[in-house]
Amino acid sequence: MLSGPRSTRRRLAAFAALMLSASLLAGCGEDSGPPMLTWYINPDNGGQGRLADSCAAASNGGYRVDVQVLPNDASQQREQLVRRLAAQDSSIDLMSLDPPFVAEFANAGFLRPFDAGDVGTFTQGVLKGPLATAYWKDQLVAAPFWANTQLLWFRKSVVQAAGVDPAKTGFTWDEMIKAAESQNKVIGVQANRYEGYMVWINALVMSAGGEIIGNTEAGKDATPEIASPAGDTAARIIGGLSRSPAAPPAMLNAGEEEARSAFQGDRGAFMVNWPYVYSAAKEDVASGGIPQSVVDDIGWARYPQVTADQASRPPLGGINLAVGNFTKHPDQAVALVKCVTSLQNNIAYMLDSGNPAARGAAYDDPKVREAFPMADVIRTSINDAGPRPITPYYNDVSTSVQLTWHPSTEVEAPATPKESATFMSDVLQGKRLL
Amino acid sequence: MAVMVEAPAPQTAEVTDRAKHERRLGLMLSAPAFLVMVFVTAYPLLYAVVLSLYNYRLTDPEGREFVGLGNYATVLTDPVWWTDFSTTFLITVFSVAVELVLGFAFAFVMYRILRGRSVVRTAILIPYGIVTVVSAYIWKYAFQLDSGFINQWFGLGDFNFFGQRWSALFVIILSEIWKTTPFISLLLLAGLVQVPEELQEAARVDGATAWQRIKRVTLPNMKAAIMVALLFRTLDAWRIFDNPFIMTVGANKTETLSFLAYRQNVTLVNLGAGSAVSVLLFLTVVVIAFIFVKGFRTDLSQVRGDR
Repeated sequence: MLSGPRSTRRRLAAFAALMLSASLLAGCGEDSGPPMLTWYINPDNGGQGRLADSCAAASNGGYRVDVQVLPNDASQQREQLVRRLAAQDSSIDLMSLDPPFVAEFANAGFLRPFDAGDVGTFTQGVLKGPLATAYWKDQLVAAPFWANTQLLWFRKSVVQAAGVDPAKTGFTWDEMIKAAESQNKVIGVQANRYEGYMVWINALVMSAGGEIIGNTEAGKDATPEIASPAGDTAARIIGGLSRSPAAPPAMLNAGEEEARSAFQGDRGAFMVNWPYVYSAAKEDVASGGIPQSVVDDIGWARYPQVTADQASRPPLGGINLAVGNFTKHPDQAVALVKCVTSLQNNIAYMLDSGNPAARGAAYDDPKVREAFPMADVIRTSINDAGPRPITPYYNDVSTSVQLTWHPSTEVEAPATPKESATFMSDVLQGKRLL
Repeated sequence: MAVMVEAPAPQTAEVTDRAKHERRLGLMLSAPAFLVMVFVTAYPLLYAVVLSLYNYRLTDPEGREFVGLGNYATVLTDPVWWTDFSTTFLITVFSVAVELVLGFAFAFVMYRILRGRSVVRTAILIPYGIVTVVSAYIWKYAFQLDSGFINQWFGLGDFNFFGQRWSALFVIILSEIWKTTPFISLLLLAGLVQVPEELQEAARVDGATAWQRIKRVTLPNMKAAIMVALLFRTLDAWRIFDNPFIMTVGANKTETLSFLAYRQNVTLVNLGAGSAVSVLLFLTVVVIAFIFVKGFRTDLSQVRGDR
């Protein structure tokens, strides 16, 4: 014993007392102040965090908000939330949820449905596309916060030389491929084996008047409908483009960014992609990657049609807000959702982060119109967008499609859609592993 | 470890009262630990077996359906299972084989070295001290196209190691070897120290060459240690998860059985099929352990030192 047992004991006692009082004090702070809401967000430029701060301030002591950032990748975001919610984690008061996961989460009982009285607040003025993704079994389980859609981006010079007008109604994929071929140019698409490819396939199938899977409320007994004339048309377009000279060299590995670089390159003519590409192109000019003339040459239009007589159903993305079913502060969480999804905050977030608002009126705001010259096209596109299948088995459906349709150079009608439907059905029924 | 539990060695015919008493005391002392172990391992195991008999998604509670052994039939007839099985098998066989050879070399070095013994031992053991996930990242970055230095060093240009199955498996196995050779050499060193020096000397006096001494004296006396090292490493390698998860995320047929179980259970929350995969994985582990313990007649008590 160096310092004697007594002094050691005394020191220990003092330390224990200190720890105890510290934890008591911390406990006091937790109990006496307004409830702390935890909001799990997808990573953004900090816009959601700023909204959280301003909403907490505006609540006049109603609640405080702690923002927790989820991983970058959408499937990892889902995995983390599923893991926590399956363990009935009460710390998830609010979450920013990718629309395709809403049905799965709601079906598992992870989401707290909104009261009938609040439904109006969360749906009024919201564009039809995102609204469709917020319901499960006729119950509003999520509030559309921001929405996203793909547009058709084109190079004005190429379009002029080819003598076509992508902005006119009735512009089809076939016309686009022919125009690109005639100018020896390429079309940027997302055909890597990932979710973005599913987005493209779904948009084509829906634009052709079909859907990938029907009767989705039956869960695993839902009926794959991709083996249909609409699925065949989608397969014909994808396979045709992949094997044509209008396919970019790296098409099989192309995601959003690869498509963008193909489009901004010397042989770029068309591209289907999210609106962020416009500001990204401007940033490329600022950093010296491309000359200003490229940005000046960029035009935009609604997603191309599959058939001349049928309006296209553009892809839909975005984020819905949902309240965790195990939250200890449901009222405050709903209040936070109301604040975050208000029209005013929709506009603020759109200007702050560049992500399009879910409420239609936001696009009439002068500041929005100034920042987004294509605001009207985005609004109609989001309104008419076709959501990806709304099913609790979305993951299985999407992965089945990605596996059977890749590589796109081997996609054939009707073989590919048929194989896809069989595989999907087997996976849903538990007869195959994914 | 279930494999460590074995019947007590046969005693001589007469058992004294004192021995009986001691045995009873021993049983009583170990009973609580045994019960706790049964509770924490048997319960999850049984629950997994029950779950594996259902077609059950965590996110579709209403769709839960009893399918009997259907999940096992699905898993065992699915190409995904067999691809993952072969991947796991390849990784295990190659990494353990190379590790055994290298491990011996290291063990001899650690045993024979006279000067700087502690420095050498520490240096050899460092990789084993690194968390597997961290080492997986180290190897991933080293071999990656954009950030890696391997391609530059060896003039491989744009060769994408993680772009196809064989080269990706090569990197995974290499990192596995780097990481766990110290473990195997440590176990072998323990066996090496146990070889009686008198035997070596006797052999030397009899005029045995170095190679003969290794073959006739060292190795036979180390048999138990070698088997334990092999068994532990084989089981360890068979359950490999971190390296493929970090390096390739299972792309290009580099997914292992543990990864498959993880993906079914955690990513797809497909608890039925996932549990079936887990139970099958468990059974393969039992088979491997059985083959080692029975097939090679490993006398584990020797390693425990109570000869």
